[in-house]
This record gives sequence, structure tokens and C-alpha cells, in this order.
Amino acid sequence: MSAASEGIQCAYIEDLDEVWARPSTLIETTMHYCPGCGHSVVHRLIMEVIRELNIQEIAIGVAPVGCAVFAYHYMDIDMQEAAHGRATAVATGIKRMLPDRMVFTYQGDGDLAAIGTAETIHTINRGENIVMVFINNGIYGMTGGQMAPTTLEGSITSTTPSGRDLAMHGHPLKITEMIAMLPGAYYVTRQAVNTAKAVRKTKRALMNAFKYQMEGKGGTSFIEVVSNCPSGWKMTPIESNQWLENHIFKNFELGDIKTPPKE
Amino acid sequence: MNTKVLMKGNEALAEAAIRAGLKGYFGYPITPQSELLEYISRELPKRGGSFIQAESEIAAINMVYGGAGTGERVMTSTSSPGYSLMQECISYIACAELPCLLVNVVRGGPGLGTIQPSQGDYFQAVKGGGHGDYRVIVLAPNSVQEMADFTYLGMDLADQYRNPVLILADGALGQMMEPVIFPDYNPEDHKVDHSAWATRGKPNDRDHNVITTLHLVSEKMEEVNLTLQEKYRTIVQNEVRYETIEVDDADFIIVAFGLTSRVAHKSVELARAEGLKVGLLRPQTLFPFPTNILSELADRVRGMLVVEMNAGQMVEDVRLAVNGKIPVSFHGRMGGIIPQPEEILDRIKLVYNVNEMETA
Ligand SMILES: Cc1ncc(C[n+]2csc(CCOP(=O)(O)OP(=O)(O)O)c2C)c(N)n1
Repeated sequence: MSAASEGIQCAYIEDLDEVWARPSTLIETTMHYCPGCGHSVVHRLIMEVIRELNIQEIAIGVAPVGCAVFAYHYMDIDMQEAAHGRATAVATGIKRMLPDRMVFTYQGDGDLAAIGTAETIHTINRGENIVMVFINNGIYGMTGGQMAPTTLEGSITSTTPSGRDLAMHGHPLKITEMIAMLPGAYYVTRQAVNTAKAVRKTKRALMNAFKYQMEGKGGTSFIEVVSNCPSGWKMTPIESNQWLENHIFKNFELGDIKTPPKE
Repeated sequence: MNTKVLMKGNEALAEAAIRAGLKGYFGYPITPQSELLEYISRELPKRGGSFIQAESEIAAINMVYGGAGTGERVMTSTSSPGYSLMQECISYIACAELPCLLVNVVRGGPGLGTIQPSQGDYFQAVKGGGHGDYRVIVLAPNSVQEMADFTYLGMDLADQYRNPVLILADGALGQMMEPVIFPDYNPEDHKVDHSAWATRGKPNDRDHNVITTLHLVSEKMEEVNLTLQEKYRTIVQNEVRYETIEVDDADFIIVAFGLTSRVAHKSVELARAEGLKVGLLRPQTLFPFPTNILSELADRVRGMLVVEMNAGQMVEDVRLAVNGKIPVSFHGRMGGIIPQPEEILDRIKLVYNVNEMETA
């Protein structure tokens, strides 16, 4: 409804400060994500940051294979959808051709820390000046809840019916700590989106990461978001958030792992 | 100034790619194509492009995908095992209709095989190689000059059809030195406007561009396939290239591509010296395949012999083209062995008078 047709009510509304609005960079449509899933929150945060930094025209995103494969349905920027695990190689190709664009990848734990491990390590080792957003939900969401490299010991998934047995399936992979060791990693942090406070911190981390890329400081910025998967975990959204607090964060501690050198 | 220079095939291809306006090269070392990557690593950064030695062929081809998605001229090169590793992404590139140049300097397989020349990757190159219904335009040079010429041509065809183009060479063509002349070519004159689809950042006045190959609705996926097939038909109509040698009065034809066509040329001379009216048809494009000319020739020759450095791959396409009209025989060597002109001549003599259909 246009402002004019709203008559007197409109003048009243105009007096208010905007406290909440969909960022113009986020396409107005219904998301395909399950209720309570963290993917949609992180999508929104990235788009808020892109709007606030005013970089919509120079942002290019790379969507993964995984639940976020349709990220381009929601993000109103130019995007490429990569093969499973190869998002950072695709982003490297884009960034090398267009070094002044703001390039980011958005990947799940299967994508980034299993099939794409080599690309993850070598992209960061080259210090590609991109932002990597890593959604660690401890499970393969899209394919129906199989074990992920990050699945905790004892967790039941559709391929660990008796719980993850370390002797049989190996250990939960802390790839974020691993890549933080690389000289090409500029900023590495682990955040969450399970509370309002966590959401604000994740947004700040994303803001920093994109600013570092704009400043061309050299190196990759890597933001892990420890997230949930109510459907895959077979929990309600509230239970899944409690599970995060009580179990997951004890293994994947939140906070900065590597911060840029002070100037 | 177009002077003649003496170069290896791999280097001529690399130099031509840079002259054709290459902006990004992504590759991984493998014999017998490493000179190509080394040449580009030395020259491209000086001449306005970006070079990455990737961590694997998988990474390299996915960098090509990303780079091609910006509309810039990008390429990779490899040899057989590396080309196998790239197949998943080549399928993506074909589906997303991204222009790029691929080079396979083929070595003998299967497996780790040998570093000697081979044509054993014909099926993989021509029939798809990766998953799904797609085609790559395949150019088959037979000289160092054509290694260069087909590089320019390949870049242009890739841009024109928004399709990956593969140069299918072999270890000998990559390694041998011959004189080459680089033609006048100004990349600016060959620029194709990709702004309608390329992902370079979304200006305010257009919708966002998305490069994807995921179409979950069956009707949509079929539509994508139909569009691709339509494009492939256009390519078949317009882009068939071949060379004929002494076919006008020939009553027997050798069909060979790449390196073997040069040996077969010698065999034609030997046969002619003995009074046998033998000619040579050399496909320069393997997809699209010169089906029509083969069908026409089948109406007026008594037989054909296909010579390949493999167990018999292109021969299937020749037989399809000939459609049973005349016998089509095959002579092949494997393991990196190049057939000799004399053994081909012996084979011609064996089948020259045989009228019934041979199977192998
Ligand atoms: C080469 C290849 N192997 C396997 C798959 C199937 N596949 C699709 S998504 C996926 C797992 C994704 O899990 P994750 O990266 O953790 O993301 P999530 O869905 O949990 O967000 C797999 C195995 C594929 N598409 N391609």
C-alpha cells in the first residue's frame, strides 16, 4: 500500500525510527529452510552487512552444494553455485579475474571440511582475499542427516546408527583451528546464531571480515558459525539450541581464534 | 610482424592463448603437458593475466568455472589422468554454458599408464566424459601450427557458443618442435559481450545474475537439456572442420586424426606409389564429427581404414557415418606406440579387396 493511501496513519508511521526492516539486498520470498534452522539467519546477516557496507554492486557470492545451495534465491547479488566442496576454488577463479570485487563463499561442514578439505586449506594457504562463511551444523542436512566430519562422538545420525564411534569413524574435525595455523588466514573466528547476542556478534564478525577484504589487507577471513539442524538432529528448534549450549559449544568453543595483527 | 618461430607444441599453444587475450590460467603439473603450464607461469603474469598452480586438477577446473563465470577468457591444460579428475566440473561448465578452453595432451592409459602419446581419450573427449547429456567442442590439431591456430579458434568458439572447447592433442604434438607463425589477432576485435549473464557484480539496473546447474523441477531440467541440444545441433551444422588429401580419385579412404593423420598421410603416398588409389580424411573437429562427408565418400569408395592410437574409438563414429554401406576396418596401436606408415600400408593391402564387412 502506498504511503499516500494510508492517509493520516502514514504521517504517524513516518515519525518513527526504523528499527527493523528486511535489508534491500535480501530477496522477499519464502525460504526453503526448516523452522529454526540457522542458515536463514546467517543469510540475512550477510545481506545486512552487504547493504550497510554498500557493496551490493561489487559483491559476488558462491553457493555450495548442501542445504544452502539455493542461497542465490535469497541473496540479491550476482552469484555462482559451485560443485560440492569446490566453492573456494570457484571463488578463487572469480577473485583472480575481478580483484576489486567482494567475493565470499558460504559452505556447510560436509562441503568445506570433507569433500572440499583440499580446496579449503589451499585457498587459505594462498591467502586468497575472500571471506569464507562456514556453517557447522554437525550433520549432512541436505542428504538426510548423515554423519559430517564435525559430528560429535556418540551422536546418532543416519550413517552412525549407534552413535559416532571414534575408532570406526574418526574424530570430529576442528578444521577452523587447523586453518588458523596457516599464514594465509587473516581473521578466523567461531560464532553462533542461537541467541540475539550471538547473532549480533556474528554480524560484527561478518562486518569485520568484509571490511578486511575491502581494505585488501591480504589473507582470507574465515567465519565459522556453529549452527543447528533441528530436522537432522530430530529435535525441536528449542531443543536443538539447548543441545548447542550443553554439548556442541563444549567441543567447538566460541570466540576469535586468530585476529589481525594490531597496527 | 608474423615471423616463423621454432617452438614445442605445448609452448605454441601457450603463446597463442596469451595472444588471444587469456586472462586466467589454472592448472596442475602432469607430463606431457607441463611445458604449457610452465610457459604460462612465466609469461602470463607479465602480460596482464593471472596464473595459479592449483592444488589439484579438481581445484584447477573449478577455478576455471569461477573465472569463466566472470566472462573473462580462462583455460586449463592437463593430460589424461588429470582430465579424468576434471569431469564433474566440465559437466557443470557445459550445463551452465560457460566459455572456456580446455587442453588434454593425451598420454597412454588406462590407469597411470605411460607418458607416451596416445589417442585413448577419444571417447571421454567426444562423448561427454562427465555425467549427463552434454557436449564439448573438440578440436584435434596435427601440427604445432594447428596447436596455435586451434587455440585462437577454440577461444572464439567458446565465446560464441558459450561452451567449453577442448583441444585434444597428444604427447608427441605437445613435445615436438616445428616452425609456427602466429597470425594477426587482436583480442579486442574478438570480444563477446557476456554482460547479460556473467557474474561481475550486480548493477542497480538489472536483476542479479546467477550461474547454477541445479534445476529440481523436471520440466525445467528437460527445458535446459533441450536448449543445450538445440545449441549442439547448431554447432553440428556450422562448425564441422576436416581436411582431405587425395580423395578426389580415391577408391579407398584412411580416416585418422591428430598425430596418426600425419603417419597416414605418408601411407597414402606409399600406397599411391604402388598404384593404389588411397586418400585421407582427417577430422579437425571430433565434435562436431564430419559425418556427412564420410557418408558421401562411402558412396564412391570401396572401403575405409580407421587408424588410431587406441583400441578403436573413432572407428565407431566412422561406422555410424558410413552406416554399413562399405566395410570399415581398423588399425590401432596402444601403450604410446605410434603406428608406422608401412604397417598401415600392409593393413590397407589386406583389406583393399575385401568386400564383406569387417568387424575389427
Ligand atoms: C560430488 C557429490 N557428492 C555428493 C553429493 C551429495 N550431497 C549433496 S549435499 C551433501 C552434504 C551437504 O552437507 P553440508 O555441507 O554439511 O551442508 P548442509 O546440507 O548440512 O547445510 C552431499 C553429500 C553431491 N551433490 N555431489
